[in-house]
Amino acid sequence: MELLILIFLPLVGALITSLLKGGSAKVSALGFALISLCVTIGLLTQFTPDATTQFAVNYPWIQQLGINFHAGIDGISMITVILTNVLMPLIILSSFKHEYKNANAFYALILFMQSGLLLVFTALDGFLFYIGWEAALIPIYFICAMWGGKDRIKVNMKFFVYTIAGSLFMLLGIIYLYLQNPAKNFDINAFYALNLDSYQQGWIFWAFFIAFAIKMPIFPFHTWQPDTYTEAPAPGTMLLSGIMLKMGIYGVIRWLLPIVPQGVNDWVCVAMILSVIGIVYASLIAFTQKDAKRLVAYSSIAHVGLISAGIFALSTQGLQGVMVQMLSHGINVIGLFFVLDIISSRLHTNKIEELGGLAKVAPKLAITFLIILLGTVALPGTNGFIGEFLLLFSVYNYNSWLGLIAGLTIIFGAVYMLRMYQKVMLGETNTLTISFTDIKGTEKGVLYTICVLIIVMGVYPKPILHLSEASVQHLLEQVNQKLTGVN
Amino acid sequence: MNIIITIAATALIVLYAGLFKAKKALLPLTLIGLLVALGFVACSWNNPTTYYGMMRMDNFALAFSAIAIIGTFFIFLLTQNYFAEGSDNIAEYFTLILFALSGMIIMVSYQNMSMLFIGLEIMSVSLYILAGIRKLNFASNEASLKYFLMGAFSTGFLLFGITLIYGATGSFDIAIIQNYLVNNVKAVSPLFYPGVILMMIGLCFKVGAAPFHFWVPDVYEGSPSLITTFMSTVVKTAGFAAFLRLFAGAFEPLHDFWMPALMIITIITLCIGNITALYQKNFKRMLTYSSVSHAGYMLFSLIVLTANSASNVLVYAAAYTFATIIAFAILIVVKQKTGNDNFENFNGLGKRNPLTAFALTIAMLSLAGIPLTAGFIGKYVMFLNVMENYQTVLVVIAIVNALIGFYYYFKVIIAMWFKDGSDIILDTPLQYKIVLVLSVIVTLFLGVYPSLILNLI
Repeated sequence: MELLILIFLPLVGALITSLLKGGSAKVSALGFALISLCVTIGLLTQFTPDATTQFAVNYPWIQQLGINFHAGIDGISMITVILTNVLMPLIILSSFKHEYKNANAFYALILFMQSGLLLVFTALDGFLFYIGWEAALIPIYFICAMWGGKDRIKVNMKFFVYTIAGSLFMLLGIIYLYLQNPAKNFDINAFYALNLDSYQQGWIFWAFFIAFAIKMPIFPFHTWQPDTYTEAPAPGTMLLSGIMLKMGIYGVIRWLLPIVPQGVNDWVCVAMILSVIGIVYASLIAFTQKDAKRLVAYSSIAHVGLISAGIFALSTQGLQGVMVQMLSHGINVIGLFFVLDIISSRLHTNKIEELGGLAKVAPKLAITFLIILLGTVALPGTNGFIGEFLLLFSVYNYNSWLGLIAGLTIIFGAVYMLRMYQKVMLGETNTLTISFTDIKGTEKGVLYTICVLIIVMGVYPKPILHLSEASVQHLLEQVNQKLTGVN
Repeated sequence: MNIIITIAATALIVLYAGLFKAKKALLPLTLIGLLVALGFVACSWNNPTTYYGMMRMDNFALAFSAIAIIGTFFIFLLTQNYFAEGSDNIAEYFTLILFALSGMIIMVSYQNMSMLFIGLEIMSVSLYILAGIRKLNFASNEASLKYFLMGAFSTGFLLFGITLIYGATGSFDIAIIQNYLVNNVKAVSPLFYPGVILMMIGLCFKVGAAPFHFWVPDVYEGSPSLITTFMSTVVKTAGFAAFLRLFAGAFEPLHDFWMPALMIITIITLCIGNITALYQKNFKRMLTYSSVSHAGYMLFSLIVLTANSASNVLVYAAAYTFATIIAFAILIVVKQKTGNDNFENFNGLGKRNPLTAFALTIAMLSLAGIPLTAGFIGKYVMFLNVMENYQTVLVVIAIVNALIGFYYYFKVIIAMWFKDGSDIILDTPLQYKIVLVLSVIVTLFLGVYPSLILNLI
């Protein structure tokens, strides 16, 4: 029952917000996002971090087709639910300085998307998962295509067709699993229990993997991402990079590994190599970017590549690293995009060359930006460190060469991020940046919160690791059991 | 039987009302007649009756009758201000539509192939006139003539097919034909096979499946938009019901024989419909080709025959009908305001007419098959249907086509919301608003809770 409130509260909020006029829409949206956060905290206090699924609900929905409204939360879901509901108020608050046209529609779509995301992260029924998957896509498409930059229509069409192509093949995979299931339903546990041969598993692996790879995105399915991120309005970019790409990561963990372990096992090297190529490739491109927003977009591809490599290493450390890094990456990347949004909303540019000396005129921004940046490049003591350490460790264990390449590239990543910081924030002010004003009001609120989260998580990551540990181990046991069972 | 009598009687009453210049009474009379017919449908539910071996009112027939009657009801609501311009003979429009409807009820309920022919002709002849009812409009005349020639041609095919099958089995009764096939499945008369193929071609003509679709674009474009709405929704659904009744029923034992041919037709229909729709600059023509492609999806139900084939078509047809009615209703309103129906006229529509634009958005999402709309459930059950037999290649082709579909359906959404254009304010009459609101509610409701009509028959 609590779970239903969690999932549908944002939807109710979306309906109410869509009826409001003018400035009250954003306040209402923030209110609903904060209530969702409170509900999450409430759930967290009742949550016992073992491997069980808690707060489960299971109602028949479309009985004739074997579809149930089956959802629940385990440690892995909990992390993503926290991610969504912590970031949502921050994202909404970060947009307060902007006056969007038709603000009611804008904020209603954000809340609608939140419901879709929560559905994805809690669904235990294949069909429900798919519905949530698409329900999160439609609003973000409208947000980006309606309030985005001047190329928004073309860019978002590409994004939309790309992602929906992936998800249709995933739907095909889900239908196939449903037909194989003697109970004729979409229950995830029934899917886990299926005995598919390695040929079938291979096909299903690809049907799912492409959908997830497009969403994350993994090389070579990433081509939609930089343009979409750049053209989207700032909250849209934050939603896409902070939360939405975690749908892909979560999907791999929940719907790929335990259902087709043999398929994963057969293709793991391909997935691993693609992930590592993605890291190197995105880092190299990031190096040459002149636009700070594009630079962050490419660096995000690199980081996600590392996360997906960590998943396919199939170890406890790797998956635990993924859990922490999902949260850290979400927090850091929306911090980065918010800083860039603050800059571009005042100076109307994100071109690195045109900026400089901002630290002189905006010391508070400079400090918060630095903290976020250090989190992103995984300095020890920040939230990025523990996740990247675990991820690199597991990739290294999988294959030392891949681990080495990935590790060096991530270090290399620090260079371009810091170089960007140097060029944008340090040095002498120029005619453009001299008029820059420091952060204030809601901007302060958002950035300070993010900095606090970065430091707290970096110093004391244990609660997060503890939250997901049992579930992750349980999941890996399931995978290994099935693998040994087949052989 | 009482359904057909009610509709036919309403048609005659309306005709007489028109004779006495009681213009105001026409619409209420028609609507009441349709509601009474709908009431009879509800009363006969789960109570199949056969009338002299000619017609059988089973749940299949009743469900499709209901959807045809509801669709026609909505289309009648859209006649407000539509026929008034330049014509005094509104009663004729009403009567002809009602006659066509009664023909369709026969088409969905026939037990004897002669009734199929009669029903089809009652419907088609009414439609030939309706297509050309704008006497002074060149396109309308062309549409009518083209439709008549092609329609007569395809009826010829159908009739030849019926004759050959009669020659093979000695009966028009579809139950007897089925029995004949079941008993002689190894030694079916050689006359039977060409009969099946000819009937398939005839019916494919009627539902507008490629390569027998070439009349569709011109006829749909040239006819008055309201008649196009009628043709592309209600008529098409009835055609599919007739198709199913014969091929999923009587010819089912020969499935292995006719399925490959139908599969090729399906693939061609999907590809031609979608790819051509992609290049249209005119909203009405885009909808025309999209209707061809939807015929392709509906044919899925015949490629793999399952217990749910008929109900899948019903779900798909319901989803498609309501979405298409929304699209055409808005097309009519836009055309009245701007004079033509090119995509540019939809630019920036969302700013000044948010509710209309919202309805059209839902319609386009439903036609594209986005989850939480009825169109998704329709496509889903069709995919499921063919996946039962692991026709994966077909599904992959269908998915590629669905992707193409997103492009052109989203063109409308993009134009309405994301582009700037002339700030026209549409005059949407009250009845149009009612139709839009009801159709949107039905589309969303069936998308979220389709249990209501799944496995209805």
